[in-house]
Amino acid sequence: MKAGSNLEKILLKGLFAVTGELGPPKGNEVSVIKRKADLLRGYVDAVNVTDNQTAIVRMSSIATASLLLQMDVEPVMQMTTRDRNRIAIQSDLFGATALGIKNMLCLTGDHHTFGNQVDSKNVHDLDSIQLIDCVRTMRDQGTLLGGEEKIEGEVKLFIGAAENPFGDPFEFRAIRLAKKANAGVDFIQTQCIYDMKRFKDWMKMVRDRGLHEKVHILAGVTPLKSGGMARYMAKNVSGIIIPDEIIDRIVKAKKPAEEGIKLCVEQIQELREIEGVHGVHIMAIEWEQMTSQITEMAGLLPRPKID
Amino acid sequence: MIKAEQKPIEEILQSIKSYEKVLLAGCGACVTVCQAGGEKEVELLASALRMARSKRGRPLEVMEATPVRQCEPEFATELSETVEKVEAVLSLACGVGVQTLARHFPKTPVFPGVNTTFLGETVTHGIWEERCQACGNCILERTGGICPIARCAKQLFNGPCGGSSKGKCEIKKEADCAWQLIYDRLNALGQLYRMEEIIPARRWGVESRDSGLRRIVREDLKV
Repeated sequence: MKAGSNLEKILLKGLFAVTGELGPPKGNEVSVIKRKADLLRGYVDAVNVTDNQTAIVRMSSIATASLLLQMDVEPVMQMTTRDRNRIAIQSDLFGATALGIKNMLCLTGDHHTFGNQVDSKNVHDLDSIQLIDCVRTMRDQGTLLGGEEKIEGEVKLFIGAAENPFGDPFEFRAIRLAKKANAGVDFIQTQCIYDMKRFKDWMKMVRDRGLHEKVHILAGVTPLKSGGMARYMAKNVSGIIIPDEIIDRIVKAKKPAEEGIKLCVEQIQELREIEGVHGVHIMAIEWEQMTSQITEMAGLLPRPKID
Repeated sequence: MIKAEQKPIEEILQSIKSYEKVLLAGCGACVTVCQAGGEKEVELLASALRMARSKRGRPLEVMEATPVRQCEPEFATELSETVEKVEAVLSLACGVGVQTLARHFPKTPVFPGVNTTFLGETVTHGIWEERCQACGNCILERTGGICPIARCAKQLFNGPCGGSSKGKCEIKKEADCAWQLIYDRLNALGQLYRMEEIIPARRWGVESRDSGLRRIVREDLKV
């Protein structure tokens, strides 16, 4: 056991894990976090807390994750290298673990020009793979990055990262996962999956390299709310592929939102059958209230309790 | 070479508004190549400034000179006599040239007339692109001769982010994804194994400007 988080225990037992996602408020309104926590508690094993996603300024992921712990929801604290150099990263990890946070997700982060502070200067002192290596060094060596200096205390973290099978070059995407595995990642969550064929092709490359036995893979899903959302994502979000037949299905549906949930449940059931997929990551962005229904319909409830 | 772009004329006029006699100094090196501050641009800008100031009823006398390289002390010295005759210097050289003149002429204000943009390559006539950030420790042997520090928007060292799509960067759709270029080239060279190696955290603090002013001292060349 590396950190002893609920998510780690579930994955180590070989159970099918379920994680959710929570975007912190664009301010310090704690009631927003509480409302979302109430919608997710009991339906997922842990909840990702995004770190200023799409470079929009929000409450810090550390503070939000800490508040979630008080609300009895296990967080996966996301951390990007966009806004912090290695001094800030390691300092924040001391703080996060002192507050009881046990899971983290190492990310490079969305480019700052997508957000609401386009005139800022980005950092990128480390990339996501170097961040994984940094956290592993802190946890397993008990030292800071690039130094012999011993850490006072222990930085126990279950280390996660993201991978996008829908980014290009496709052939490199399994190699990239291998690099993350070598750097010391424990689990990964994928970008949202709509192109099932491409995902299965990627998983085959992952299995051929034996990576599914080194790293827990959680397949990412996002329910589509409307035909407009499907079209928008397909056209405008780089690294997301939505096949035409899926867009058509949502566009033509009498009740697109219901169809989106149905589709998401079908996807989860299909993903569950793929060898090497150890769980799902449900990103119901600003639609957290659907997480209970999706997990119920997909037969993922009740979530296991492990001591 | 160093690439630069001329500043908007209004900004230039604003910076020299209190003077009546200036030297407009071009540079015969990089900015001549990218046509931002060579002899020709000096001539064009000098007439534009004269005209603009005449229209405003405050004539401006502009002297013109374009030394071979503004960034070398001996060429800067050539300007000494002319600088004596003016109140200020407007330099169309890169930021290095501006600073060389400022160091040489402590009593004369020197203003930049261009924005120094990057170290780049001519892609085709009229198009230049950044290629190098002078980071201080070249890794081009590991990346197929394509620099991710200068050309990846996130300066990634270990492959493309999830936003690389159909060969393009998600930040600027007209820009190629540097890591797609690296992948394609290493693939063509039969060196894809290089993409499997983890490039560790960079020693920015030792190699780059982040450790303070960089300086090269060559004992064999000192006089």
